[in-house]
Amino acid sequence: MVFILLTMIFLVIRVLPGDPVMLHFEKQENPDLMDQMRRRLGLDKPLWIQYFDYMFGLFRGNLGESMEDYSSVGQQIFSAFPATLELAIFSMVVAVSIGIFLGVEASKGYGKTRDNVIRVFGIVTYAIPVFFLGMVFQMVFGLGLHWLPVGLRLPPRLDPPSGLTIGSVHFSTGLYTVDSLFEGNIYKFVEAIRYLALPSLTLGLVLSGVFIRLTRSNMFETLRLDYVTAARARGLSESKVTYGYALRNAFLPVLTMMGLQFATLLGGAILTETTFSWPGLGRYIVDRINFRDYTAIQGAVVVFGIFVSFVSLVVDLLYAYLDPRIRL
Amino acid sequence: MVVSQPLLSVNGLKVEYWTRRGKVRAVEDVSFTIDKGETMGIVGESGCGKSTLGLSLMRLVPFPGRIVKGKIWLKGRDVLRFSANEMRNLRGKDISYVFQDPMTSLNPVKKVGAHFVELIRAHEPKVSEKDAVVRTRKLLKDVGIQSDRIGDYPHQLSGGMRQRVMIALAIALNPSLVIADEPTTALDVIVQAKILDLLNALRDAYGMALVLITHDLSIVLERSDKIIVMYAGHMVEYARSEDIYRNPQHPYTQGLLKAIPNVELDEQTLDAIAGFPPDLLDLPKGCRFWPRCYCAEKGCREEEPPLVNTEPGHYVRCGKYKEGE
Amino acid sequence: MDKPKFRKGMLSSIIPGLSLLSQRGLAGWLVVLGFIMVVSIVTMTAISPWVAPYDPSALIGKPLMSPNSQFLFGTNDLGQDVFSRVLSGGGIMLEVSILSVIICLLIGVPLGLFSSYAGGLVDRFFCLIMDSIYAFPGLVLAIAIAAMLGRGVTNMALSIAVVYVPSYFRVIRSQVLSIKEMPYVEAANAAGAKGRTILSRYIFPNVVPSIVVVATVNFADAILTAAGLTFIGLGVSPGIPDWGWDLTNGRRLLSSGTWWVIAYPGLMIILLALGFTLMGEGLSEMANPRLRE
Repeated sequence: MVFILLTMIFLVIRVLPGDPVMLHFEKQENPDLMDQMRRRLGLDKPLWIQYFDYMFGLFRGNLGESMEDYSSVGQQIFSAFPATLELAIFSMVVAVSIGIFLGVEASKGYGKTRDNVIRVFGIVTYAIPVFFLGMVFQMVFGLGLHWLPVGLRLPPRLDPPSGLTIGSVHFSTGLYTVDSLFEGNIYKFVEAIRYLALPSLTLGLVLSGVFIRLTRSNMFETLRLDYVTAARARGLSESKVTYGYALRNAFLPVLTMMGLQFATLLGGAILTETTFSWPGLGRYIVDRINFRDYTAIQGAVVVFGIFVSFVSLVVDLLYAYLDPRIRL
Repeated sequence: MVVSQPLLSVNGLKVEYWTRRGKVRAVEDVSFTIDKGETMGIVGESGCGKSTLGLSLMRLVPFPGRIVKGKIWLKGRDVLRFSANEMRNLRGKDISYVFQDPMTSLNPVKKVGAHFVELIRAHEPKVSEKDAVVRTRKLLKDVGIQSDRIGDYPHQLSGGMRQRVMIALAIALNPSLVIADEPTTALDVIVQAKILDLLNALRDAYGMALVLITHDLSIVLERSDKIIVMYAGHMVEYARSEDIYRNPQHPYTQGLLKAIPNVELDEQTLDAIAGFPPDLLDLPKGCRFWPRCYCAEKGCREEEPPLVNTEPGHYVRCGKYKEGE
Repeated sequence: MDKPKFRKGMLSSIIPGLSLLSQRGLAGWLVVLGFIMVVSIVTMTAISPWVAPYDPSALIGKPLMSPNSQFLFGTNDLGQDVFSRVLSGGGIMLEVSILSVIICLLIGVPLGLFSSYAGGLVDRFFCLIMDSIYAFPGLVLAIAIAAMLGRGVTNMALSIAVVYVPSYFRVIRSQVLSIKEMPYVEAANAAGAKGRTILSRYIFPNVVPSIVVVATVNFADAILTAAGLTFIGLGVSPGIPDWGWDLTNGRRLLSSGTWWVIAYPGLMIILLALGFTLMGEGLSEMANPRLRE
């Protein structure tokens, strides 16, 4: 299926309206310049050959060259990727946490005000455009209350953490939170979190609706099971019963849903990164669009596609591992 | 045998389930007392409200059920007024419940021992884990389970053993009242008797009162001091078990007695009571039993008969009887 | 002889639905509420040329005035009246979403019907394509396509449509597959009815409710996606008043605290998307009520 995806992307970028190079240059500029670019990027060859070049190139990890300065798209993506990864992880954590917490709260009072309010909340958050919410947060928390920063990943004059150093071997993940912990630098860690706060909160909030609904319905089923009532009959506290007993059952569906929502998460990440000037893959794509760098766009979209497929695969494997062996 | 104050006193209890299709009147106008160390049997068909009654004593009636009216006095205090914290304290410690199906009532991913430790430490947080385990072993021994089973999961035990575990959990903190809801229905006949004997033995040893909820009148005739006969949410007869046996007054009770197969007689067709219990959403006018009653009269179809006291300690709800018989 | 009966049949399955609204309790109210929201906004946009106090594109006032009695919602950085822009700004989004839904219906529905009814290799082929598109992050794909196609209402609608066709496809397919096995379809087949006939008379009318639900939800998503595309710069050229454009433009003004430029357009987008979402929720609950006792 990944194969089909890649083919599709190729079709979209190359086959759709005409010549990427011409689009890049907009007006009919110097034809020599355009030919030069075509030759350099291999866009003058017949479509079949281009397709094979593209596919084989991908296998070798070559994502093409940027139309701007012929630099390696792969390199650029590689440096932008960790930022998006970090944002994605934290946003998902936020979404799931909010979702589970509110889902549990809602299930406790079926049909009552609390339940309905939470359900409405879940529906409304989905209807809010991510970037709008982001801007609202920026205004309120950043500019209004001055609690949290509104852009970038770290304060301007701070260098990114360097990660783990064992002897002369250098290892950094690109995730500022992780790297700063590796480095043992608490100050950088705190700063990284502060800068992550608003973007991940925004994205996580919009995504949480799904998890709220899922947890809620799951809890309904579980809370009615006999052993839950029996536990209550033994005088165990409500929180123990809810979290210890019933929540165990919600775990697996939530995991599956995380995998399913990942695609949506990445889409939202693009908008979020733009809003918060977060230097990740999303902002990279938007940049490249503005610059009409079609080869780079192609590379980035490919990476998105592969990333999503990879995550789905991981979730599937995780599920298969967890399900038949242990009935959680 | 005079006790100053009954252990449990229920007065005018009314429990309804408020569903989308209407109010299900599961328990209506039930009143009784249980003294310390007594065994009370609650008998009736499926759906007559006996389980709901049992659950309501601990305020565990599941949504959408609610206790609409009545008083439940435990050791002189109104349980219905308890705060959530007090209820939590009460459950498992003063009153405990043995559920019908031990397979679904035990946590499948928790080991047997863990259930006990969790229970003990929930009510007595100062107890160390080691001590809790020691107590667990003793409890298991009391119910006749080898203590090395402490590390097993529920699905590794037989049905009878699981039920014993549930009983052990119920008596672990020495409650004054144990409610056993159909403790033997899920078990085979031989094990049934053993479990019932166990319950009795424990009752004697620990001095606790026991409520036996069952559809089998023969069980409670032998083993309980008092019996409540429930039908369609109503308490139709309430008396000491000898009185029920000697002088069953309500037609339903009579029918139940007749239906008990007697091994000693040669041939016998089972005398079942014809008909089915009514839909609790849509009860007939008048006495709830009249469609199946062999002696129903015109008055029975019109008015719901009140509970009357026919002889000392004997109450019946039937149009045939007036106060003082 | 049969044709008129079935056309009536289809309509009557929707119209009694409307009258059942209040009967179905909460679900019905959701639909009504959502419907009212949507209709109000559409009406507002439609009558805006006559109702708006000022021409939304005219540079009528002093830039960046906060809401006051003359300009209800204040003015933006170009001096345009935000209130008038809010009244008329929904046009583009509505156009785009309606167009994309139409495209989806025209492509997705026949494809879904055909593919699932035909079965075999054909079905597997289409399924593979649809699943691949479905699995791909929607917004990314829409962005990619829109980037290639350029600006404009049609292009936006096309990119959104491509992303959502698989949803229609799937829903229809699952419906058809279950209906296909039903006895009355078998009977029709045995009586010698042609595939086409079966599809149009038996299967299609039963699929309609699901289509309505999907289309409603699609509307909501389309609006949000259209807003997103505009935000990135792939929307329409900035001449026509558009909420999405206001948000993009207003972003630069955040630091100066001029909240009204983005707050009101944003709010309108939320309300419109919410209206459709509520309708979708209510309709899907009516179509297959969740067992909740």
